[in-house]
Amino acid sequence: MEAKELLFLFIALATIVSAGLVAFSNKLIHSAFALLAALVGFAAFYVFLSADFLAVTQVVIYVGGILILILFGVMMTHRIYDTTLKTIHNPLILSILSGTAVAVVLALIIFRSPWAPVINKSFAPTTNAIGAEILTNYLLPFELISVLLLGVLIGAVFLARTEEHKK
Amino acid sequence: MISLQSYLIVSAIVFILGIITILYKKNAVGILMGVELILNSVNLNFVAFAKYIDTHINGQLVAIFIIILAASEAAVALAIILNLYRDRANIDVTKVDQMKN
Repeated sequence: MEAKELLFLFIALATIVSAGLVAFSNKLIHSAFALLAALVGFAAFYVFLSADFLAVTQVVIYVGGILILILFGVMMTHRIYDTTLKTIHNPLILSILSGTAVAVVLALIIFRSPWAPVINKSFAPTTNAIGAEILTNYLLPFELISVLLLGVLIGAVFLARTEEHKK
Repeated sequence: MISLQSYLIVSAIVFILGIITILYKKNAVGILMGVELILNSVNLNFVAFAKYIDTHINGQLVAIFIIILAASEAAVALAIILNLYRDRANIDVTKVDQMKN
């Protein structure tokens, strides 16, 4: 049990440090690579929580899809020699103050609220149950999200077209 | 045994860092990164609740739908950002205020 807790602590530290790098790094490309570490850390947490399907989904969709999109966005919108735009930020003290306000509320919620009693669940594969649930209880959200994805596909292609093809 | 609260604390810290990212950066892609951090921390909460206080796995299903929504949001946001960059060669969100007055 001791090794498991040490591993949890290490992953938690790595995730929080990389999330902090995302927030406070001056260069956007550094933020993007720190985001990679944070997302992998979250996938490791899902393994701890016996969510095997979700951990793989996290790696495939977030790290393989969204992060590549973000890196693509960073590299398309940044000239390499462009140093002035990179370091412009909003006032740091205001951001920190707002973050502290949210932190106080969240800490009160976490430590004050009476959580339901903990159930001891065994580590078991969840893919079967997720597949059955999606086709029974969660069928309506599943269909809605399929329509949404179709809309996003068409909308993103329409938005990203070049000017001369538009009427 | 790792308690439910430790997951909630980690997720709260990442949530706060995401909010600070959104408020601190002026670059639109940086703000998108903050949104991704926030969505991930919420997902971690859902999965932790599914493991610790739910007899079923409803939290994991909600987390899957959130991941799909995050992917579509990132795709549309980047399309908009690329269009913005093509129009005015910079993606500072404080400079995009034509509709303000």
